[in-house]
Amino acid sequence: MLKAWHRLARENELLYLFLNNRVAQLAALIALLTVGGAALSPVLSPTDPYDIASIDIMDSLVPPVWSDGSDERFFIGTDDQGRDLLSAILYGTRLSLFVGFLSITFASVLGVSVGLMAGYFGGRFDAFVMRIADVQLSLPAILTALLIDGIARGILPREQHDSLMIVVLTFAIGLSLWVNFARTARASTFVERNKEYVQACEIMGMHPVRILLVHILPNIMGPILVILTVDLAVAVLLEATLSFLGVGVPPNQPSLGTLIRIGTEYMFSGEWWIVIFPSAMLITMIVSINVLGDFLRDAFNPRLR
Amino acid sequence: MTSLLNIVDLCVKFPTRFGEFTALNHVNLDVSAGEIHGLVGESGAGKSTVGAAIMGLLQSPGYVSDGEINFMGDNLTALSDDAYHKLRGQRISMIFQDPQTSLNPLLTVANQLIETIRQHADMSHNDARKRAVELLEVTGLQDVENRIDEYPHQFSGGMRQRVVIALALCTNPELIIADEPTTALDVSVQKQILELIRNLCTERNIGIILITHDIGVINEITDRVTVLRSGRVIETGDTATVLGEPEDDYTRALMAAVPRLDKRLHRFKNIVSDDEFSAEDASWRIDDASADYASEWLLEQRALQQSKTSNHKSESQLLEVPQISGTSRAPIASLSDGKPRNIEPRNIEPNNSKPNNSKPKNSKPRQAILSVSELAVTFYSGQPSWFGKKEGFKALSDISFHMQPGTVLGVVGESGSGKSTLAKAIVGLVDPSAGNMTFRSETLPPGSARTRSHPVRRQIQMVFQDPYSSLNNRKTVEGIISEPIEFYGLATNKQEIRKLVASVLDLVEMPQRAMLKYPHQFSGGQRQRIAVARALVARPEFLICDEPTSALDVSIQAQMLNLLKDLQEAFGLSILFISHNLAVIRQMADNVVVLRNGRLIEAAETEQFFSSPADPYSQMLLRETPSLRFLQAPI
Repeated sequence: MLKAWHRLARENELLYLFLNNRVAQLAALIALLTVGGAALSPVLSPTDPYDIASIDIMDSLVPPVWSDGSDERFFIGTDDQGRDLLSAILYGTRLSLFVGFLSITFASVLGVSVGLMAGYFGGRFDAFVMRIADVQLSLPAILTALLIDGIARGILPREQHDSLMIVVLTFAIGLSLWVNFARTARASTFVERNKEYVQACEIMGMHPVRILLVHILPNIMGPILVILTVDLAVAVLLEATLSFLGVGVPPNQPSLGTLIRIGTEYMFSGEWWIVIFPSAMLITMIVSINVLGDFLRDAFNPRLR
Repeated sequence: MTSLLNIVDLCVKFPTRFGEFTALNHVNLDVSAGEIHGLVGESGAGKSTVGAAIMGLLQSPGYVSDGEINFMGDNLTALSDDAYHKLRGQRISMIFQDPQTSLNPLLTVANQLIETIRQHADMSHNDARKRAVELLEVTGLQDVENRIDEYPHQFSGGMRQRVVIALALCTNPELIIADEPTTALDVSVQKQILELIRNLCTERNIGIILITHDIGVINEITDRVTVLRSGRVIETGDTATVLGEPEDDYTRALMAAVPRLDKRLHRFKNIVSDDEFSAEDASWRIDDASADYASEWLLEQRALQQSKTSNHKSESQLLEVPQISGTSRAPIASLSDGKPRNIEPRNIEPNNSKPNNSKPKNSKPRQAILSVSELAVTFYSGQPSWFGKKEGFKALSDISFHMQPGTVLGVVGESGSGKSTLAKAIVGLVDPSAGNMTFRSETLPPGSARTRSHPVRRQIQMVFQDPYSSLNNRKTVEGIISEPIEFYGLATNKQEIRKLVASVLDLVEMPQRAMLKYPHQFSGGQRQRIAVARALVARPEFLICDEPTSALDVSIQAQMLNLLKDLQEAFGLSILFISHNLAVIRQMADNVVVLRNGRLIEAAETEQFFSSPADPYSQMLLRETPSLRFLQAPI
């Protein structure tokens, strides 16, 4: 078993580089902890912030345990509604990551399919789609997300806002991030389609969809994987920003963005913990994911090594 | 003559995570002024590492672990970086392989030369410019005064290489290292550049180290030669002696692997190969899978096809069918006994049109397998203008030829002659703008009109030039080879497909265990075998080989050519063999077609073409190809 592991580590370039990169290992550990903590939030957190019955307004704005006037039930204090901040952060991270993963999946499926087709077929389809991408790229992603979010809010009936908000957020963030995937996929497909193994498939008379999915897609996964990691951080950040601006998740559901927004209101009146802890969580998570993304980019690009 | 450069026991090592790799192992080399010293070897032999070590430009983390490089009395290995920097360019300079990349495309030729001259000599801009003009004139560039202010892209490949040589001469070096200086050039230009190097060497008394894999080039211009193999010197001495009467087995084998221009050999013998398989690889087998099984499977289909097609023809042909399958058994049995597996050439195939085939059928004039008439291909670049006719680049025009079944047609031409475009037009990757193609009496529709399920999609298969891009790196070899079988529905049973894949690998002389691996685990030659296997399992009748060996070393090339010959003879394949190398064509082809700038210059039978080419261009090609003509030694 150990021998097999050693052989794998020697033959697999990616694994080898990872095992020799302390920063990437640390980042992976932190990312794993945050994702794990978020996924296990119902088990780990002391209270359930969704359970209104357990929340007592009398417990609001309790400071962390090491400060005066603290309550040992709330390790890092409570927010203005009396929710346990630790539980809220864990649940909030889960929601943020959930929205992040969902929107990045949507963005990558859309972007990669468009990019594959544009790169393979070229011509008018390519020109048309890539001009749209160019236009969208000239707008900041947050603006696109706000725009889509706003339109969705306008169209949807008011009473369904809260229940559909997650879906709307996913679409808004996904649609503002697909461009990166499309451009990367297109550029890589352009390189691959002129390789002889693709010509061999074309000579056989293979259907283009099969060529794209079975032959080209696996060969362009490297750069896509890099974008996937880097953009996951962007998606989580976008969600937090939208929630911070009050157009994200409904206020009764804790997300890192909403917690930070609540925190800013109390920042100058001495209740610092409400803004500091969620922000620290967000920053740690984003940095660790970004470091991992950078590691992957370097690993897949031999010229940068 | 005093020696200019004297390398003693040079060892170069590259630490890797798999341990230290010894790139050069006690190499000795001696170069005198006014001498061209050839360094020859196959890829990985360490030729370029020698050059880099002399220049002090070993790629990190490589280092000189032992030995001395004595250049006119100085030991270069002990030199400081600063001193080395002064020496480099000033006294030792270099000519690179690819003139496309060794010149800066953003600077004019004049600026590049002037920059180099002024770097090393205290000279005014105008003086430097005068010197640049002189140098370019020395290298034989025409109309220098006008052209010196142009950019590299405005020059042709050969002219660019002259500029590179002028750059190397800027500082009156005593030693020039030329790393594959003519590999990227066409034969006619190659000859001129080699002559230029020769003249510079004698006129200026410069020592030149010429690194190349091409024994023809070595033979043409070097005085002495050193043969390298895996970082060791195998043999060194006068070129005529080493090449004419090689002492070492490896040199002899290397010489034997070089395709000869003067006569056709039945097959290459006595080939050495560095590709070795582990015992684990060799012992892993799939039950009942063997080369015999593969050839039986491939031949069985041919017999079926024969019966199908002949149903509509004559009864006499129909009667022949059982006879074919009967005779096909004999050679199959002999396939796997003893010695290096190879398919004994037999006339099993009724389609075989070799002159010694005594079947009466051959006396009848038979219908061509592929006819091309007045074929033209035009490429349009960018947007055509709104008015008037579109003007395009004529890649091919007015090409007509016929190919008999079971023969090999060699297509020769320099770069840009349209060889590959011809292949692409036939397989349907490129649409012809005019002309007809007929495959076995049926019209071959152009690519865009050819349906996905058209039978020729299976009947015509292709082997590509670059084995590094012709296989999908993300698939196992099993996946790569089984794809055509599944795609064309040639077999459906999973077990059967696995067995076929293993058998075909056996047939192309690869271990069966190769099917579990990925392409990157194989060398270029092995990958090319896998590519051939992929083409074969489609049970094609017609194979297009587009420069199948030009990316390979000579000994691997010889193995590959042997394999292709064996397969061609065993299965009666018709092959369209494209190559820029006349010697390879001579070994492979029954008939030859010469292309130049998209036009057909000459079409002739191979023997006739090589003994008396009719067209002046063909004569020139034959004359300029560096060869081993002078060697009388029987190989």
